[in-house]
Amino acid sequence: MNTGNSGAPAIHLDNICVEFAGRFLFDKLSLDISAGKCTCILGPSGCGKSTLLGLISGNPGIHYRGTISIFPTTQSVGWMSQSDLLLPWLNLHENVMLGARLRGEVNEKIQDKAKELLEYAGLTAYRKSLPVTLSGGMRQRGALLRTLMEERGLLLMDEPFSALDALTRLKLQDLTAEMTRGKTVLLVTHDPLEALRLGDEIVVFSGTPATAEKIDGLHGEVPRQLSDPGMASLHSGLLAKLMNEQHETL
Amino acid sequence: MKLYRIFILTVALLMSWQLVVILSGAPPYILPGPFPVALAIIDHWPELWNHLQTTFIEIVLGLLIGTVLGSSNALLMTLSPLLKRWMLPVLVISQAIPVFALAPVLVLWLGYGLASKIAMAVLIIFFPVTSSFYHGMQRTDPDLLELGRVMGATTPALLRYIIIPTALPAFGSGLRVAAAVAPIGAVVGEWVGSSSGLGFYMLHANARMQIDNMFAALAVLAMVSVTLYFAIDATITRLIFWETPKDLIHEKTH
Repeated sequence: MNTGNSGAPAIHLDNICVEFAGRFLFDKLSLDISAGKCTCILGPSGCGKSTLLGLISGNPGIHYRGTISIFPTTQSVGWMSQSDLLLPWLNLHENVMLGARLRGEVNEKIQDKAKELLEYAGLTAYRKSLPVTLSGGMRQRGALLRTLMEERGLLLMDEPFSALDALTRLKLQDLTAEMTRGKTVLLVTHDPLEALRLGDEIVVFSGTPATAEKIDGLHGEVPRQLSDPGMASLHSGLLAKLMNEQHETL
Repeated sequence: MKLYRIFILTVALLMSWQLVVILSGAPPYILPGPFPVALAIIDHWPELWNHLQTTFIEIVLGLLIGTVLGSSNALLMTLSPLLKRWMLPVLVISQAIPVFALAPVLVLWLGYGLASKIAMAVLIIFFPVTSSFYHGMQRTDPDLLELGRVMGATTPALLRYIIIPTALPAFGSGLRVAAAVAPIGAVVGEWVGSSSGLGFYMLHANARMQIDNMFAALAVLAMVSVTLYFAIDATITRLIFWETPKDLIHEKTH
């Protein structure tokens, strides 16, 4: 499903330094993120994955040195976090249109588009439901739709599926891959399997200050199926790499 | 609250009142029983009704003005960190002055009429309203604010859709406290100096040893306060429709 692209941008980080509580989270970190692809950032907790997303989304609370360039230049990104952040006082339909609401742009076209997205994600029956009455999977689907409503070419996702059960997670990964095709997606995760299923490219973050390492040998269209040949060996390779890192920091 | 429960509670309270009267053997000029007081309410209803109107207006206007002033102040402090840094200590210091001690001054400045009583009620509820609303807004999830920022939200929209709804449950608690204490402000104001109102009527009756009348006024005042409280409580509960009251500790069922 095409949800509209406002030019999927590429991102270049050059010599980024971020200091946090007296130590360097990033020290001269450089990273290229390809346009229109899904890049998964894989790494243990606390290695600065979320900070990276904050940097790219322009969070004024994060101070850094270095240059971040986004081509073509875009001021606006889509952001999805681990918790669904649905507002408990708005129903699902209203939550999906939250961006337009916050900018005072709600009109019939937006309403219809939200309805269309809800139907595509199989949530039409729950359109008028308050988030509290929905399951975790439905809520996170709602959060995904809210992000897609924004029609951003660049989507930042911060461990969006980590609070879900395994089966729901697989389904949502499929839905996400399908609905974000052609956009630049930066997805942060600590789950190697998730990175392998969704990532056109995978970057492993490790250590403090963090170093970024691109993984080679990825083939095929995302979402990759668990049964794909090569998945198992890639998975064990990634796990081994992460285990090593964990070992060093423990 | 179920109607039958209100009924049973009322009957039980009246019965224990009567029981105290019987057991203590208190003379009617110290503690009249529920029946003489009920008779006094009926006998003096026209007078009581007049005084009730005065007190009711004082309480309601005090609540309204105090809520508007308190919540505007909380909003201003949220919008302007500079104002917050200066206002917050002033608010806390102001709470060190017992509001009751100000009653004579207010009557001196604002006169015997409604204004001084409304001012008392406003002063009493200003702090709970401001504080509950302000701290309620402070509890907004930073991730929600970040989401709003990324989505390009305007400040009024952030307030309307995210910050104020977040604060409503806490604000509701403040308003409940306000509803419970506003009548105190009005009555204390009336005691200090007035020519009408239930507080005035009580003093008047007391001075003339019409103790059943005094209790009649007290009973009417209690009914007004309770009704007002439940009305406000019901409104708040409806306003916070997404929150259902939960049993934190479950009752044992056999």
